[in-house]
Amino acid sequence: MSMLRPLLLDVVPNIQQTAALALGRLADHSDDLAEAVVKEDILPQLVQSLASQNRFYKKAAAFVLRAVAKHSPELAQAVVACGGVDALVLCLEEFDPGVKEAAIWALGYIARHNAMLSQSVVDAGAVPLLVLCLLEPEIALKRIAASTLSDICKHTPELAQTVVDTGAIAHLAQMILNPDAKLKRQVFSALSQISKHSVSLAEMVIEAEIFPAALTSLRDQDEYVRKNVATLMREVVKHSPELSQVIINYGALSGVIDYVNDCRGNLRLPGIMMLGYLAAHSENLAMAVIISKGVPQLALCLSEESEHHIKAATVWSIGQIGHHTPEHAKVVATAHLLPKLLELYMDASSSEDLQAKSKKALKSILQKCTYVPGLEPLLYDAPSNILKHVVCQFSKVLPHDSKARRLFVTSGGLKKVQEIEAEPGSALQEHINTINNCFPEELVRYYTPGYSEALLERLDNYQSA
Amino acid sequence: DMAELLKIESEITAFPKELFYRNRFEDTRQRENQVATRIQSWFRACKVRAYLSHLHKKAIIIQKTWRGFTARARVRQMVKAAYFIMKMNFYEEMAVRIQRRWRGFFQRKYIHNFYARKSYLEGIAAKNDLLRRELDELKKLQRRERDCLAMVKEQEAKVYQAQRLHHLISTKQCPGVFNSPFRQAPHEMELLLRQVKYQVPTRLAPRGRARPQGIPSPTALSFPGNLGSPWIKTSRTCCSRPVLSPITTKKQQQVQCPELMWGLETSYTYLEEAQNQLQQQETVRVPTETHTVYTHNDTPTHKIMLQKSYHIH
Repeated sequence: MSMLRPLLLDVVPNIQQTAALALGRLADHSDDLAEAVVKEDILPQLVQSLASQNRFYKKAAAFVLRAVAKHSPELAQAVVACGGVDALVLCLEEFDPGVKEAAIWALGYIARHNAMLSQSVVDAGAVPLLVLCLLEPEIALKRIAASTLSDICKHTPELAQTVVDTGAIAHLAQMILNPDAKLKRQVFSALSQISKHSVSLAEMVIEAEIFPAALTSLRDQDEYVRKNVATLMREVVKHSPELSQVIINYGALSGVIDYVNDCRGNLRLPGIMMLGYLAAHSENLAMAVIISKGVPQLALCLSEESEHHIKAATVWSIGQIGHHTPEHAKVVATAHLLPKLLELYMDASSSEDLQAKSKKALKSILQKCTYVPGLEPLLYDAPSNILKHVVCQFSKVLPHDSKARRLFVTSGGLKKVQEIEAEPGSALQEHINTINNCFPEELVRYYTPGYSEALLERLDNYQSA
Repeated sequence: DMAELLKIESEITAFPKELFYRNRFEDTRQRENQVATRIQSWFRACKVRAYLSHLHKKAIIIQKTWRGFTARARVRQMVKAAYFIMKMNFYEEMAVRIQRRWRGFFQRKYIHNFYARKSYLEGIAAKNDLLRRELDELKKLQRRERDCLAMVKEQEAKVYQAQRLHHLISTKQCPGVFNSPFRQAPHEMELLLRQVKYQVPTRLAPRGRARPQGIPSPTALSFPGNLGSPWIKTSRTCCSRPVLSPITTKKQQQVQCPELMWGLETSYTYLEEAQNQLQQQETVRVPTETHTVYTHNDTPTHKIMLQKSYHIH
């Protein structure tokens, strides 16, 4: 490192460039080497010479800055501290697209780490230049400009607002129809980072009329493009029911459900969460999800996926769909999801998050579920805190429906209810009493445990007259 | 004297009798006094009592008539109030019936409109299906385009091979490798070899790279009434790629492949210039006959022009 440093000051420009390239590759390789580059005070020198040298040197110097900044926020801070950001922004005003690309890449890595660094990038006036670079004909430049805008916007709403104020959304929206897959990835990622912060930003993104066109990218070849489109939809949907309605009116639901069907693993997560956010807003949006066959799809996800955080998200979405009205709960129950949820709750190997979410979902669905065949399997295995909800629901349904009563008896539900031990005076006992009151006494006595012994005792004590 | 004596004696004998007579009531004086007092007090009490009872009776009469009067007034008021309340109850009952019917109607028609909700949900299902169909079509188109491009590439590769193996063509004397006498008809390679004109091999990269960037895919559908951009068309290079290259000079090749000249050209608008020249080349090449060795009439990218406005921002 110390040997490379004087070479940077060499007379021959080729040597300078090669030395800078070597430094860049070293710093790129590992954390410690990058720190060594910083400690040797090479950065201020590089930054100073950035202003004066030719474009190959600038490319190599920008490469070094990028390689140093990418490892950690402290290193990026060191780059900022020696004036790197201003020098890079100066590079942005060059003509050569290679230089611009290297400079933008370095700025992107700096801005990626945290909000303060992004703020320093924005303060140096990078954003209007980035937006201009979006309009350049070179695809690589567009890609990297979109990626950097995405990294800047992702931290805070104010940064996103700054980016939007320079009119970035319109240009990003135009690039949606571009055939290049990597460009589309970055564009959708940028749009989703912008829209995630607040309702007004999301509305601005929607007003740019990306929507029917973005839905075609849901069937793109590249899976990350699809994932980023799904992320964009999720970020827009989560803010308000009106925005969700706008998106649904384009038929997005079928797109999302097909998307969740096709992909596996982590890629499914934005689609699942989008369905959950949709259903959470209101009852008719949840009904729309149900109509588009969302519930069988979520059931499929639940059975196929093995990672706990994906399962937790699926469980949460199911809970959001099912908890509105008895109709919704019935749909969830007919998809045989209630025993699944119970199983996930009871499973000791589920993570805590998964258990908490499945319990919450189960409770909220149970409180509205009046579908007796769906409730019955839960009588058998459930722990007492779930059981009391189940029994409560039975006590609401059974007094009014004679067919359900008959079914309840023949399927062994009444027997199971008698076997439940509850403290007298507790809510559970009251519900059990309500249920018992729906049936004739002989039937209840017939099913109480120990009845056969009681009968035999009576037999023993009987003396024929 | 004797008379006085007798008088005095009679007085003497009459004196105690007189005394006794005069004081005969002394022993009972007190009692009689008490009795008299009692009688008198009783009589006075009787008088007072009679007076009081007289007063009471008169008071009772007065109070009785007064109470009757006020009670009747009050009853009259109560009857009026009860009547009023009965009327109000009746009106309120009727008003409740009206409001109930009205509220039910209003809610069912405007707020919880079942039919609107049903048609909304049906509309969503319809839109979903529409989108699915459109996306399926899009996918088919894209696949066809990809297949087309693949076929183009393959054909290009074959043509290139034919160009390199031009020496294996069969002559009048000697049948070539691909024209074995035992075959019924010559191999396709033989036919290609006959068609292809020999070209001096250069170290050019395949010309497919000269396609200008930034043009959207030819199959980007525009949804009705949305983005407003018409069918976006690609450059003619897509169609003319498989064209058997007429013998071109090195200069023309340089112009067609600007990337090679990257290091030398430093003009900012070189790309636009190259594209202009490319377009001019193509307009020149129109009248030449193109040997299309396969048909790709089913792709919609048949008649195309460069859409200039798209990549000059």
